[in-house]
Amino acid sequence: MTCDHLVIVGASLAGLRGAEAARQAGFAGRLTLIGDEPHRPYDRPPLSKQVLTGSVAPAATALPNLVPLAAEWHLGSAAAALDRGERVVTLQDGRRIAYDRLLIATGARPRPWPDAAQGRLAGVHTLRGREDAAALRASLAEKPARVLVIGGGFIGCEVAAACRDLGLPVTLVETGPTVLAGVLGTYLGAVVGALHEARGVDLVFDAKVEALEDDGTGRVVRARLADGRAIETDCVVVALGAVRNTEWLTGSGLAFDEGGVDCDPEGYVVDTEGRPDKAIAAAGDVARFPHPLYDGRRVALEHWGHAAAQGAHAARLLTGHGAGPYDEVPAFWSSQGGVTIKSVGLTEGADSLVIAQGDPKTGRFLALYGRAGRCIAAVSFDSVRWLPAYAEMVAVRAPFPPIRGGVDQGRLSEMAPGLAQRDET
Amino acid sequence: MPDPNVPDIGPSPSPDPSRAAGGLRVTVDLNRCQAYAQCCYAAPDHFTLHGAEALHYDPAPTAAARDAIERARVSCPIQAILVEDAGSGHP
Repeated sequence: MTCDHLVIVGASLAGLRGAEAARQAGFAGRLTLIGDEPHRPYDRPPLSKQVLTGSVAPAATALPNLVPLAAEWHLGSAAAALDRGERVVTLQDGRRIAYDRLLIATGARPRPWPDAAQGRLAGVHTLRGREDAAALRASLAEKPARVLVIGGGFIGCEVAAACRDLGLPVTLVETGPTVLAGVLGTYLGAVVGALHEARGVDLVFDAKVEALEDDGTGRVVRARLADGRAIETDCVVVALGAVRNTEWLTGSGLAFDEGGVDCDPEGYVVDTEGRPDKAIAAAGDVARFPHPLYDGRRVALEHWGHAAAQGAHAARLLTGHGAGPYDEVPAFWSSQGGVTIKSVGLTEGADSLVIAQGDPKTGRFLALYGRAGRCIAAVSFDSVRWLPAYAEMVAVRAPFPPIRGGVDQGRLSEMAPGLAQRDET
Repeated sequence: MPDPNVPDIGPSPSPDPSRAAGGLRVTVDLNRCQAYAQCCYAAPDHFTLHGAEALHYDPAPTAAARDAIERARVSCPIQAILVEDAGSGHP
């Protein structure tokens, strides 16, 4: 069956780039985009940075639309159910939309605070969408006495940095021994932690927030740690990672959980028996797929460039304008406290690390991660011009460490990256 | 290709102020940005470097900035600046 009607569920970066790629490839059929938010696609990276400091308005980050779409938009109502037999998506408001080909790009949402009532207290925030950013910006503009950030991942670190940009007292509590330990490992995590500490962020490691307490009127005033300590705070940002928006696939027969919907190497979704459905592909945060660069390990990546690239790949696949496995090398950036961190590859399971350029003491350097004698990731701190050369080494899984005793380079010392070792079972 | 003059159909409950004013939409692929800062010279009111490599930019410049934004876009050595011009006829 040919594709006369491409339906894209999810109107953010992956969905928009998918729609554009379909048109650019020559797809001339009906094109429908469904979004749960009432907004046209907008860009999220500024929401945890310039929007919080007030230099960019929350509503100002609409994404540029690069080609004519001539699309039908259904905004403001989330997809609620998928019937693959009938090839129909049902929206929360009851609308039914039939498809020939379906692109699932429903993304993710912040992992909520585990106690729902505490999570609803006034002054408690999560950060993902435009409204979240507007609410947090409004809270910060009221100059809270102390902001508490729960979680030392990228969002938590960027929020803490924005608070210091605004001169606000901020405490960041993290269950691990450093910030960013899960993504960068404890070696570089400690480097980032030192950067934030020097900018006045109070860092509390190996500690768990057990409860958020209110003043009796439903406004948060205090966080209680598991070890009994209390942190007085009137603004809390819960930054505990994301869960994928997959619940609407219940009953569809597809393989999914809160970690994503499973895809085959090309991007087609698979059912619970592992059989691909060639009418449906997934892209962006919600898509969990075997990455060829990492021995087919299944990953679901929350990266901007990945959402754009995989959205385009999936749309070309569905409209018959492309084929083959999706093998884009993962890449992301973060800027916090004036420092730009850029990464290529995936550090997970790294067993060794070298500082290949520069020196962490100067703040500008590039770290290369190795696993079993191969380069698997490179991370630059204010040294992006070095990154493309090392990205090539990651892309071809070049031997690690890369150079031994080169005359133009000091000896490289291998160090433990401080990452959890991957379970091989 | 579909007729670019055919307007989008379907509800769009959130009118975009930048479009109403005939403004631009800008985003920069910061994975690719190498901080050459040519945009900061071409359109200093809309692109600035913070620290060594953190590029801040105005994602919704007004129509009056069109020429400056276009200079910035074409001056980027790696073409990382993406611009939609409301005056271009794109839906």
